[in-house]
Parts: sequence; C-alpha cells; structure tokens
Amino acid sequence: MTADLHVVGRSVERNDGIGFVTGRARYSTDLVFPGMLHLKMVRSPVHHARIRGVDLSAAERVPGFVRALTHQDVPHNVYTILGLIGVEPEEEFVLAVDRVRYVGEPIVAILAETEAAAYEAVARVHLDLEELPAVFDMDEALAPGAPIVTHWGSNAFSYDGDDHRKVRLGDVEAGLAAADHIVDGEYRSGPIEHAPTETTGCVAVPEPNGRFTVYTNTQALYFSLDNTSIILQLPGNRLRFIGGMVGGGFGGKVDVIVEPLATLGAMKTGRPVRYVYNRSEEMQVSSTRSPWIIRIRDGVMADGTIVARRVTSYADCGAYSRQTPYAITKHAANAAGPYAIPNVAIDAWCVFTNRTPTSAMRGFGVTMASFAVEVQMDRVAEVVGLDPWTIRFRNAIRNGDIKPHRKPAADVALVETMQAAAALVGHELPAELRAMTSAPRDQQDGGR
Amino acid sequence: MASVIVGFKLAGREVEVMASPLATLQQVLRTQLGHTSVKDGCRQGGCGSCTVLVDGEPMLSCLLPVQDIAGRSVTTLEALTPAEGLHPVQRAFLDANGFQCGYCTPGMEMLAVALLEHNPQPTREEIEDALGGNVCRCTGYEPIIEAITAATGSREAGR
Repeated sequence: MTADLHVVGRSVERNDGIGFVTGRARYSTDLVFPGMLHLKMVRSPVHHARIRGVDLSAAERVPGFVRALTHQDVPHNVYTILGLIGVEPEEEFVLAVDRVRYVGEPIVAILAETEAAAYEAVARVHLDLEELPAVFDMDEALAPGAPIVTHWGSNAFSYDGDDHRKVRLGDVEAGLAAADHIVDGEYRSGPIEHAPTETTGCVAVPEPNGRFTVYTNTQALYFSLDNTSIILQLPGNRLRFIGGMVGGGFGGKVDVIVEPLATLGAMKTGRPVRYVYNRSEEMQVSSTRSPWIIRIRDGVMADGTIVARRVTSYADCGAYSRQTPYAITKHAANAAGPYAIPNVAIDAWCVFTNRTPTSAMRGFGVTMASFAVEVQMDRVAEVVGLDPWTIRFRNAIRNGDIKPHRKPAADVALVETMQAAAALVGHELPAELRAMTSAPRDQQDGGR
Repeated sequence: MASVIVGFKLAGREVEVMASPLATLQQVLRTQLGHTSVKDGCRQGGCGSCTVLVDGEPMLSCLLPVQDIAGRSVTTLEALTPAEGLHPVQRAFLDANGFQCGYCTPGMEMLAVALLEHNPQPTREEIEDALGGNVCRCTGYEPIIEAITAATGSREAGR
C-alpha cells in the first residue's frame, strides 16, 4: 500500500525552499519604491498619563518632514481586532486621544523622506503629559483602590455580565469535602515576546486606479485587510493585500496594526509609505504572551482518582485586551486538563494592567494551562504515592466522558498516546495500563 | 552631513554609491543595490541576519559604515548563487530543511561558507561556536547544524 503513496513517509522538498536558500524570497520589509516615505511613531514614554497637549512645531521644521498623522486623521480610530471576532467593548485607539496606558502606546505618526528625518522629527515632538498612577501586578490590579486602567471603571474584562469566565461541572465543594487528600498548587509565568527575526512591518503603495496595494508580513492577511478597511472606512475593494512571507510570527503577527496607518499615510500623501518596527519596538511594543497566575486545588481519593478540581486563573492582558479575552475562553475550556473529573470549577480572569498589551502566541490560553495541570498531576502522584504514569492513566479522559464544559469527549486517544510515548522512551508499563483503551467506559473498562 | 561617493567591489564588480557617511553597508546593499538577501533583523549586531563577507571575512553589515569598506571586496548571497543550480551550502540547507521562515537563512549560509573556507572539516562544536552570533527563532538550530555538517561532506566529495 505504501508504494502508492507519493508524500506520506517521504521527505518532500519545500516549494518555497529555493527562495529561502538563495535569499530571493521577497519579504515585504525588503521592498523599496520610488518616492517611498518612512513612518515612525511618537510613543508614550510613560506607563500611564493624561495627554494635555502635543506640540509638533519643532518636528515640522526638520528637513525631510512631510506630515504628521494624529487621532483626528483616523476615520474610525479604534483598534478593531477584537470586534472582528465579536468581542467587545472596543477600548483601544489606533492613535491615542487623551490618555496613554502603557510605555510605547502610539500617539502621533510622523511621515518623512528618510528614516533618519523621521526619527529626528519624532524626537522633536513635545508631549505635555500628566502622569497618572500605574499598576503592574494582577493581584494589585484587582484589589480595591487600584489605579483603574480601562474606561469602564474595572480592571477585569466582563464575560456575560460577570467579571470573569466561569465553567462549572458537578459540585466541586462536595467533591473536595469527600476527598481523601487535598493537593494545592500555584503556577506563574512571565510574559514572552515572540522576537521574530523579521520585525513587524508593511509598505502601502497608492495605485493609479485609486486602490492601495499593501505588502505586509501579517500572519492573518484577511484579518489585517478587514481591520484596515474598517479603520479607514474604505471599501475592501480599494485594498489589495499581498502577504505570505512572514519572517517569523509565532502568533505575534496575528493582530498587527501597521497597515491602517501606512495606508492612511499613503492616502494623505499620494506616496508609498513604509512602516516597519525597529528591534526595540518589536520587543517593547508588539504584543507578548500573557503572564499567568494559575491556582489549582484538587480533591483526590487514596487510589489516585481525582474527584474534584478547582482552577482559579488570572491572565494579564496589559493595557488593552486584544486577543487575551479570547485566550481566557480557550483557557477555561481546557484548564482542567485531559482528565475525567466529575466535579470541576474554573474561574478565569482577564486582568488589565499598565503593561504592554498581550495577545496571541502559540496555543495561547492553553499552553500555560497544560504546564500547570501537568506539574499538578506530578504533585498529586507524589501525595498519593503513585508513579506519574499511573496517575495520568487512571484519570485519563475516555470517549463519552463529560468534559468540564459539559460536552462529551469524542475522538480522544490520550490512553493510546501515552502507551505509545512509554514505548518510545523505553518505559515498561504495568499490564493494567497496557490493557486500557479510550473506548467508552460502558463498553470496556480496564481502568478505575 | 553631505553625502560621499564610496567605491567598492560587489560580487567581483566595481560599484559606486552615494551615501551619507554613516550609512551602513547593510542599508546601502538593501536599498540602493538590491541585495535584499542581506537581512535587517536588529541593526545592532545582535542577530547575524545581515552577515556578508568583506575580503572573505564574515562581518555584520549593519555595524559597518559604508565608507569604511571603500576599496574592499564584498560578497553577498546574491554573488554566491550560481546562475543555474545551487551553491553546495545552499543545496545542503535545502536538503536538510535548514530553515523555516527563511529570514535568518542568508546570514547562516554566509557564515557557513566562511567557516568552511577556514575550516573545511569543522566538528559539531566548532559549527555551534561559529553560529553563536546568528539567531534563528524557528528551527531550534539542529537542521542548520545538520546542513552545515552535510555541506562539509559535499565539499569533500566535490574535490
């Protein structure tokens, strides 16, 4: 049978490989157009402030300065990424209006003939800022009296009218009360920057037919196109986005925001505009993975059966929510791990602070849940005196089991995957575990 | 600052450019001469993506004022790529999938070419050492080390 397969089981040459090894692959940040202007951003130097005034007069005198873009130039001055996936409220501006909430928040875009002139003009913009108290810690942000980051008076994102995302199955208090052991764990992670080798950027080119061609390294071409169309109040048929070459993304180029302003610059000047982050912008300003605090309390029987799990999680979305509220929802669906537990309570908060906004990165919301749950499983194993394999097999989810969000598990293969993993690392499993399958419990039970 | 005219050799041919005295070789190659295999990851000597050969030595073109290379000879990946087919190092990177997003690849290959020129049979440790200044965020480096190791073999076989 395998003789008929042309791809499966074979190493196939990538069709874009020649472009990479010859350096001919064309990245959007490689492009140069005649008359191209450079966009550089005036950014907040402080964590939290009211903007009292912006004085552009010295910047305008820099040789090579072409024009500035302020919030008044942006037709729909809202960062619409969340709206595109149906999450509200819209709280982030494309260019700051009267307040900045994190270091690096964009305030005024400068267009100039050369990069050097653009930097020079940026340095000469005078900001009159009234600094406000800032908060950087999630526990502090949720405590009474904390400086409030959002415009609606709370540092928590609202889910269905509640101040956090909830998942409930069974009766977690009763489960914990009936357990032989209680196992507590707290897990914390810091923000992680994707640090792609090619920084975020694009070039927007005005075309003779009134359209704009935008060459961009976004990971989400149509997301970026929709975003630009809404922010500029421009029909989609006037925008042509060309992408595909992404010099490292890892989620960091999913909700980029360079295209609307580059295109606006091209509209206002009639010239191509290049807006590419420098390395320090990439590290300081582009979204990171959220930092997390995850607290787990398990109720466990003497034989290792987990009868109750309470997960309380906090993700720091920074100054603006971006895709972190969505990450919390994914988190809440996965935070109990791939285990069959009859009584579960999950409470997950999306917390605002004056840190760099956080957003998408490889499995965001789930990655840290998996880390916390699997370290917790090792602790549970230690407490009841079982080995780490047995504790996982004994609690592994099977087809037909009800997951914490009350959907039955289908097409799961955790038991078989662990059996294969054991074989790969040369670990001899006891016969009891080797005999298990993911078949529904009422059809076969070699387990519990 | 008034611009200056700087002459140097690029891919064996004499070129002259007009640039501000502190313009970097990286920016001149990318924006004036179309050698966009020279990448632009950090402009602070931190990522190695702009590596070129100057008189055969690997150098970070983002840290080189173009006037400092007046009269010298510069080699980029454009110069190494044959009109047809691939340089043995390129072939080795392609075969080993020594790339994912491709952005660090030209710098890695220039470095590999320089390494193999100096040391045709590098040990794994010597390859790792040579790659110390070149950042790849995708591959985890293993396929790149594999590619350079394979290039060692192909050079030998080609002799």
